[in-house]
Amino acid sequence: MVSVDNVTHSYNGRRALESVSLEVRPGEIFGLLGPNGSGKSTLFRILSTMMTPGAGRASVAGFDVAAQPDKVRRCMGVIFQSQSLDRKLSVGENLRAQGRLYGLRGAPLKARLEEVLARLGLAARRDELVDSLSGGLRRRVEVAKALLHQPEVLLMDEPSTGLDPGARRELWQYIEELRAAHGVTVLLTTHILDEADRCDRLLLLHQGRAVAEGAPAALKARIGGDVVVLDIAEPEALREEIAARFGVDPRVSAGALRVEIANGHRFTTEVVEAFPGLIRSVALHKPTLEDVFLDETGASITE
Amino acid sequence: MTLFWLPVATLWQRELVRFWREKARVLGFVGSPLVFWLILGSGFGDLAFFFPGALTLTVMVSAVFSTMSLIEDRREGFLLSMLVSPAPRSSMVLGKTLGSATLAWLQGLILMAFGPLTGVWLTPLALVQAVGVVFLISLTFTLMGFLIAWHMESSQGFHAVMNLVLFPLWMMSGALFTPEKAHGWIRVVMTVNPLAYTQASLQHLLNPGATAGLPGLRLSVGLTALCAAALLTASILAANRRGKASSA
Repeated sequence: MVSVDNVTHSYNGRRALESVSLEVRPGEIFGLLGPNGSGKSTLFRILSTMMTPGAGRASVAGFDVAAQPDKVRRCMGVIFQSQSLDRKLSVGENLRAQGRLYGLRGAPLKARLEEVLARLGLAARRDELVDSLSGGLRRRVEVAKALLHQPEVLLMDEPSTGLDPGARRELWQYIEELRAAHGVTVLLTTHILDEADRCDRLLLLHQGRAVAEGAPAALKARIGGDVVVLDIAEPEALREEIAARFGVDPRVSAGALRVEIANGHRFTTEVVEAFPGLIRSVALHKPTLEDVFLDETGASITE
Repeated sequence: MTLFWLPVATLWQRELVRFWREKARVLGFVGSPLVFWLILGSGFGDLAFFFPGALTLTVMVSAVFSTMSLIEDRREGFLLSMLVSPAPRSSMVLGKTLGSATLAWLQGLILMAFGPLTGVWLTPLALVQAVGVVFLISLTFTLMGFLIAWHMESSQGFHAVMNLVLFPLWMMSGALFTPEKAHGWIRVVMTVNPLAYTQASLQHLLNPGATAGLPGLRLSVGLTALCAAALLTASILAANRRGKASSA
């Protein structure tokens, strides 16, 4: 449904994307996960037809984003990271204007308007000015706006930006309902782990390159076992010793020592006993996407 | 066809609705040129001579400043959703500029209602022509503003262009002095200044007693229309450009 084939893009000689390819299947929720500057926003701008790719091809619903932008725009709903509403207009006025930009009018427009207002629980807010709405409500209007013309593909840039956890949960509920009811394909960018965990599949981006791809669970399973993080005053000094003693490959990250190991609970007690007084704290967790990213790139998503 | 005119009408309507919700702007735009005209006209004892210039100023300030909303649209993100919609860019340019032009035109008409104070009474034909010409001038200035705003990130830059380019051009348009009284180099500027022709067309229609040395009405209106057409083309071309980058 969305296909990116070897896309490379530079701004004034600075490489933002390097031969990135991906394939999003119909009805899938696909995430582009990476820290700021990883190239995911560049890819978003190319797919949303704001920019043409420097090299390579990208298509949405079978239409080429560079050659057939009008066809792409017609079958795609876009939600930007920043808000895109006219704050001086009411909710209803914003949606009507949006519908008309997509060629909707009269009875069909009215019917669509009623439907999205009802679906997103905005019917009572129709006449309120966007200026007077809370951040969560505005986000909902953004979603309503993107869905008005019944797009096959929904493209979202950092959809949870500025949302509190409640509003974020709500947003995801709508996204999942939408997929279930209409088979909408969703492609989103994110640097939030919770959000990435909810995707069917992910592409991890780092410095413009694709570093890993797969379902969140499969990506985490690559690490296997547990991750133990040891807070040590001088992690470098103990690294060699722990490696030799336990047959592991610890990594220094953010001033702590990270160890991936099959039986984390056993290792934890043994390592604390082995170095009494040297370890300030120990944390044991199942691998997260952050661990996957660290493993692949040596860098953190959240920084 | 629907996908061209429907966005035009929608964006046109949006400009009007937004303006109506900020009524202070209405007062400011009509009020200041009116005061300006009354003081200058009364001071020089010639309300009729300064009237067309005050009218141009009203329309210019209103038109150019309402296109500043484009910078706001960009900052607030509304522009983004227009850019990823299937509405043709030309319909966006036209809807947005027609909306701003309509507002400038209405304000010009309000000022025109004070015309009888000049003591000059227009024939019905001149009145109809003047109403049309004021719209043409409104559109020209709006397109000028659109083109400037399209390339501007901030409203400060916009004010700088307004003060350094548009106001001097207005001063050298014949609004404050006629070409025959001017120095040589200013006279040269006045022959190539597009605002001199908008000014001349209004002078012909609103104060036909003082048109000595001015280009003819048809020539003036024709050149203004040509100018508008060129600006429209340039605006559509600018709006159609998508971000491109090299693969290097």
